[in-house]
Amino acid sequence: MSNLFDLLVAGLATGAIYALVAVGFTLLWQTSQTINFAQGEFVMLPAFLMLAAMHAGAPFWLAIILGILLSMILLGLGFKMLLVDPMMRHGVLPLAIATMALAIGIKEAVKQFFSAEASPFPSIVPTGDVSILGHAVSLQSIGVLVVAILAVVGLTTLLNRTSLGHQMQAAAQNPTVARIIGVPVERMILLTFLINAFLVALASLLITPIYLAKFSSGEVLGQAAFIAAIVGGFNQVRGAIAGGLLIGVLDNLAAAYVSTQYRAAVPMIFLIAVILFRPQGLLGRAEERTV
Amino acid sequence: MKTTILAGALLAFAAATSVHAQAIKLADVAELSGGGATVGTNWKNGIDLAIEEINAKGGVLGRKLEVTHADSQSNPGVARAQVQKALDAEPYVLLGPGYSGSVKVTAPLAAEAGIAQIMGGEAAELTQAGNKFLFRTSFGQQSSMPKVAKYIHDEMKAKTVAVVWVNNDFGRGGRDMVSKELERLGSKVVADLSTEAGQADFAADVGKIKAANPDAVFVYLNEEESARILKELKRQGVTAPLMGETTLIGQKVIELAGDAANGARGHVGLTTDAPVDLVKQFREKFSKKYNYVPDHNGLKGYLAVYMVKATTEKMGKVDPKKFADTLHGLTIKAADEPGILMDVTFSDTGDIDRQSFLVEVVEGKQVVKQVLPKVK
Repeated sequence: MSNLFDLLVAGLATGAIYALVAVGFTLLWQTSQTINFAQGEFVMLPAFLMLAAMHAGAPFWLAIILGILLSMILLGLGFKMLLVDPMMRHGVLPLAIATMALAIGIKEAVKQFFSAEASPFPSIVPTGDVSILGHAVSLQSIGVLVVAILAVVGLTTLLNRTSLGHQMQAAAQNPTVARIIGVPVERMILLTFLINAFLVALASLLITPIYLAKFSSGEVLGQAAFIAAIVGGFNQVRGAIAGGLLIGVLDNLAAAYVSTQYRAAVPMIFLIAVILFRPQGLLGRAEERTV
Repeated sequence: MKTTILAGALLAFAAATSVHAQAIKLADVAELSGGGATVGTNWKNGIDLAIEEINAKGGVLGRKLEVTHADSQSNPGVARAQVQKALDAEPYVLLGPGYSGSVKVTAPLAAEAGIAQIMGGEAAELTQAGNKFLFRTSFGQQSSMPKVAKYIHDEMKAKTVAVVWVNNDFGRGGRDMVSKELERLGSKVVADLSTEAGQADFAADVGKIKAANPDAVFVYLNEEESARILKELKRQGVTAPLMGETTLIGQKVIELAGDAANGARGHVGLTTDAPVDLVKQFREKFSKKYNYVPDHNGLKGYLAVYMVKATTEKMGKVDPKKFADTLHGLTIKAADEPGILMDVTFSDTGDIDRQSFLVEVVEGKQVVKQVLPKVK
C-alpha cells in the first residue's frame, strides 16, 4: 500500500512535467496548426542554455532567468519566425516534418557543441523528505508538483479570465472573424509560441535534475507529451493536463506492476485504445478548437 | 620539365607510402556517442594518451603507432559494421568496443580475420565461447562477482539482497553470476529488478526495492543509469547499504549523482584512486592532457595499447598472426613495462588476473578500503 502511494506521488510528479510539455504542444496546434515534433528537444535545450550560463560564471538563479529568456527568444520567437512562418504556407504536414528535422538538428548541435555525455544539473528544490499521511514524500516531488500546478493555474487564469486570454481564444477558434473584430491575431499566435517556450523551459528546469542533462533526453519526453496531448484531447488545455498526469501515473504503475521492459508499451496501448474508442481524446470535443 | 615534376611526385608518393608502411596501424571502435559515451570517450582518450607517450619515446620496435577511431554509437549493429570496416583496412590489432553486447557481435568477425581484439567488455560469456583472439583489459564477471557476493555476505552481513540490473548482455551476465553466488553463500535475493538501458525514471524500481526492504542492494547498471538510481534511492530515502561494481562508483557517476553517491561501495578491478604509484602518475598525465579525472575506462584504453607494446616486444617483430598466441599465458610485469601499471597475467581464454580493490565513495571521492591480491 505504501508502495502504491509512493508510486502515485512519483507518477504525478513526472506527469505534471509531461502536462507542462503537452499543454505547450496543444497551444501551438490550436493557434497555428503546428505539430511540434521537436517539443522533447525543446525541453532538453533550456537545461543546456542554463548550464552554459553557469559555465560562463552566472549564479544558478541568474542562469535560470537567462535560460528562460534565451529559450523564449530561440524556441519561441526564433522558432516561429525562422521555421513555422516560412513552412506554414506549404501546409501542416511539411511543417510537421520540418519540426522533425529541427529535433535532429537540436540534438546533434548539443552533442557537437556541448557533449554526448550526460551532465549533472542542480535542483531548485533541496533534497529531503516531508511526512504526508504517514508517508515520507520527497521535497523534490512536491516541488515539481507545486511549480507545475502554479504554472498551469496561471496559464488557465490567463486564458479564461483576462482580455488577452479571450483574444487568444478568439484567434484560435476563428482567426478570420477575430481579425474582423480587431484582435491582433499574429501577435496572439506569437504569444502562444512564447508561452510554449516558457513552459518547456520550466519543464526543463524541473526534469533535468532527475533525468540529467543529455542531448537525447528529449526523445522520451517528447513522446510522452505527444501521447499525453492526444489521450487528453488535442484541442483542450485541460485535456493535455489530464493526459500528462495520467500518462505519468500509468507509466510508473506499469513499471511496477507489469514490467520495466514493457513500461513504454502500456501508454502506447492506452493511446491506441483512446484513438479507437474516443478519437477526440478523453476531455476533448470533436470539431472544435479552443485554448 | 614535365618528367621532372612527375618524378618528383612519384618520389614524394613513395616517401609518403614508406612512412605509412612503417607505422603500426591499430583500429579502435568505441562508444563515442549514445548511452556509452562516457565509456567510449574515456577509452579513446586512454588510447590516445598511451600512443602519444609510446611514439614520443620512439615507438614499438622503432615503429610509430597509429590509430583510427570509429564510433559504434553504443549500438551493437553499428559496432559490427564499424568493426567490419576497420578489419577491412587490416589493422595490426583491433581495440574495443567497450560494451559487452557490441563485443559479442564483433568478436567473431575479428576471430575470422585472425586479428587479436583487445576490448573493454566485462560480460562473463565473452571469453567462454572459445574465441582465440579476444582479450580483456579488465576482470570478467566470473572473476569479480564471486568477490562481490562474498563481500555482501561476509562484510555487509546481508541476509536479504535486492539485485538491480540492466537488461543487456553485461547486466544479465552480472546478475546471473552474483545471484548464483549469493544463493550459494546463503544470502537470499528478495527483489530481482530488471531495468532498461537508457532508462530515465527509476521511481518505480526504487519503490519496489523499498517494498522488499532488503539488508543490502546490489546495483549493476551502466554509469548514467547508476547516477539516476542513486539519486532516486536518496530521494525515496532508501538506507540499505549499496554495493556494486566499477559502474556504480566511477568518477562520472560521482560527478552526476553528487551527494547521492556517498556511501556506495563497489568492487573495482581498476581505479585511478588505486594506491599504486604508476596508476597515480597515469592519473596525473591524463588529467593534465584532458582536464578531467578519467574513470576505469580511461585506464582500460591506456592498458590496451601497452598490451600491444609488451606483446610485440616479446615477439620481437610485428606479426599480427602470432600476436594472440604470444599474449595467451603472458605475464607482464610493471617493473619491465611501466605502462602496464600493475603486474598482470593473461589466461588461455584471454581473461585477466591482477590485484583489485574495494572502494567506497566518501564525500564525493573514491576511497580504497581494501586491496584484494592477484590470485596467482
